[in-house]
Amino acid sequence: MSERREVWITGVGLITCLGEGLDATWDFFARGAPPPYDDQSFAPYIVHALPPMSFDKQIPKKGDQRQMEMWQRVGVYAAGLALGDAGLAGKPDLLDHTDMIVAAIGGERDIPVDTAILAGVRAAEKPGAFLNERLMNDLRPTLFLAQLPNLLAGNISLVHGVVGSSRTFLGEESAGVDAVRVAQARVAAGQSEVTLVGGASHGTRWDHLLDFELGGALLKGKFAPVWDRGPEGGIAYGTLGAFLVLESPDHAGARGARPRARLAAVTSDRNKRQQGDIEKSLERQWQVIAAQIDGSHAAVISGATGLEPATSAERRALKKFGLPVRGSGTYIGHGIEAQFPANLAIGTMVLEHGKLFAPAGSGDGGKDPEPLNQIVVTGVGTWRGEGLGLIERSN
Amino acid sequence: MTQSSAATKAGTKYPKYTKYLDKAGRPIVAVTGIGVITSLGVGKSDNWAKLAGGVSGVRRISRFPSDGLKTTIAATVDAVYQDSMAPAELSQRIALLAGEEAIAQSGIGSKGHFPGPLCLAPPPLELEWPSRFKMAEMAAANGEAGYPDLLRIARDYGAKFGAFRFGIIGERLAEHFGTEGSPISLNTACASGATAIQLGLEAIRRGECEAVLAIGADGSVTPEALVRFSLLSALSTQNEPPQQASKPFSKNRDGFVMAEGAGALVLESLAHARARGARVLGIIEGCGEKSDSFHRTRSSPDGKPIIACMRNALADASVSPDAVDYINAHGTSTPENDKTEHFGVATVFGERAARIPISSNKSMIGHTLTAAGAVEAAFTLLTLEHQRLPPTINYNVPDPAIPLDVVPNVARDARVFRAISNSFGFGGQNVCVVMTREPA
Repeated sequence: MSERREVWITGVGLITCLGEGLDATWDFFARGAPPPYDDQSFAPYIVHALPPMSFDKQIPKKGDQRQMEMWQRVGVYAAGLALGDAGLAGKPDLLDHTDMIVAAIGGERDIPVDTAILAGVRAAEKPGAFLNERLMNDLRPTLFLAQLPNLLAGNISLVHGVVGSSRTFLGEESAGVDAVRVAQARVAAGQSEVTLVGGASHGTRWDHLLDFELGGALLKGKFAPVWDRGPEGGIAYGTLGAFLVLESPDHAGARGARPRARLAAVTSDRNKRQQGDIEKSLERQWQVIAAQIDGSHAAVISGATGLEPATSAERRALKKFGLPVRGSGTYIGHGIEAQFPANLAIGTMVLEHGKLFAPAGSGDGGKDPEPLNQIVVTGVGTWRGEGLGLIERSN
Repeated sequence: MTQSSAATKAGTKYPKYTKYLDKAGRPIVAVTGIGVITSLGVGKSDNWAKLAGGVSGVRRISRFPSDGLKTTIAATVDAVYQDSMAPAELSQRIALLAGEEAIAQSGIGSKGHFPGPLCLAPPPLELEWPSRFKMAEMAAANGEAGYPDLLRIARDYGAKFGAFRFGIIGERLAEHFGTEGSPISLNTACASGATAIQLGLEAIRRGECEAVLAIGADGSVTPEALVRFSLLSALSTQNEPPQQASKPFSKNRDGFVMAEGAGALVLESLAHARARGARVLGIIEGCGEKSDSFHRTRSSPDGKPIIACMRNALADASVSPDAVDYINAHGTSTPENDKTEHFGVATVFGERAARIPISSNKSMIGHTLTAAGAVEAAFTLLTLEHQRLPPTINYNVPDPAIPLDVVPNVARDARVFRAISNSFGFGGQNVCVVMTREPA
């Protein structure tokens, strides 16, 4: 136990508004196209929707698809991409001991049922009895399972056969950071040989938009890069799914799998979020990994959400670190729990191509290091929690 | 304090004291504080007296009208609940009370500082109907309100009444207790409380910390939660008398009883506990898990995942099935769980299965859902402390297909050194915890 092992990223699954997989994502950036956002469907709120797609490739049974809400389908799909990329898909002897940590949200509603109850209750003589009756009669039994947070992991077990272990972390952006941190630490310490870790979000739903607008978090009106959204800022909620396969070198080597990158470290912390707290938190975490970073060959993929004051606070901290910065949220939107895993996937892609995508917005900047060997990923939550991840080129 | 995956090396802080390491060379993890709240009462002495006395906490629901519901009973924490508390508030309140009891007993840290992270199993939170009704009123004084209307006033509503956030309970508890690093909120359905303990055990074994506050809390008996379980045919509908509805392992069992509760454990490396002279209440010897890919709500009928889960836990603890003296069952009182659990126990323990006492706390406290693993681990540790087995009550019609010693109806004294506690969840997430009175 006292020996820490390297942790390899041997599989990546990513699906965002830019497309499916790292190749499509890179192609999008290479074309230099503008961010694909949607300011019409949920106006005045701006969202990043997935391109039209079929889930059949990763979720072949229609019956399975019917038992899931969209976020679960997106997550199960991305998990399947990662397992396929790692060469684990369809191999029960390996999946039998593949562990899993999922960062999840859940809580989807049946919007027509809710709307009818909200309308009917006003005229009801006994509101409590009316609510019971409508719920007993109108709720679909399967909705419960389609919106329970741990059922994304449950569906990954069912559809892909990942059954080593299954844990689900809750709690917005930090859940994604801590899921990866714990998964990395378990592999490094020999508590797991191979772990699937990631999450999914579904931004194109009124009910999820409502949850975040209660916290005043949504971007309204005119689209802008994450760094340039005005004094209050806001998130453009994104639908996305992102999973990584983390593996010990021994386990990967024994089955002939190669690393796409190394996940060298993940840190996280919380604070009261008073003035200056975010900068201090990021600086403290930077100190933890600073000795591992070669500043002339590293860059930052920022998970800045676009919401203020967190985004500006992160920007001030990043300025001190002095590395080139690219904020991915401008392009893929904000996928809450799934954002940190998604940025690790994008960081892996950038390392493989040896260069950054074009800057967008006033907080992006810096030239491509030659060569580019390390990526620091940030995850600063909309209302709590900060994290950093360090990935490295494997060759 | 920043938590990092690149932590100090496990077991290096007390290298000379191998008595503080387990057979696998990992730090031994002790329990130095226990807190528990259930429908039976607040605090472990009240809870233990009633649990050992075979008292049921199940009662008719009084919190909201039960007109039109098939199930009208639950085991609620009425001693803590106050008018119109939402599940997030109630869950936070009972988590906090249980945590305070555990920390006070442990004597660890100082006021407002707990020297380690928080691992919390909260219920999956949602915006609740009372909030939706209030928002709809605000959004449309006379007309009808749909979701776009709710969104229009959401920012003002949130500023006035508070925003809705999944991580809110963990964040507030971390602030209250002064735990270190990012609080982890997790969910593995009905195994969540056990997973909180497991995450803590693993973190201490990795050497990331010397102590962890592990809490499971669930205070979410609402009309919609009840309806959802009802629609899955998971709940007992034998509403009269409420105290007899939960009857694990009985032939006439017909579902679980929804319940609320909280369990908190202070986990600490044995070395750290001894160094500060803390009283050791028990040892978490090991945890095992195994997921199931059979069905969204049903366990695999071959019992394989449950069997593997118990075997993984025993292997993690480096003990054989022969060394287990008592099983704290998942024992939900659903026809399927109890049957599958029996099959799993019979397979793992072989011919000893019929002789090992196995009882279900849920016969008295109902199914405390995300809290169950933590509450029942707390009760298992109290069982070890008191050397007395809590009964499975309402055991009047034994199921001949489940020939187990369920400690029927009345508690009994026994020599118990090592016990396991089972937790099996919807979504196929299974966890088993191995506990002893003191280091083996």
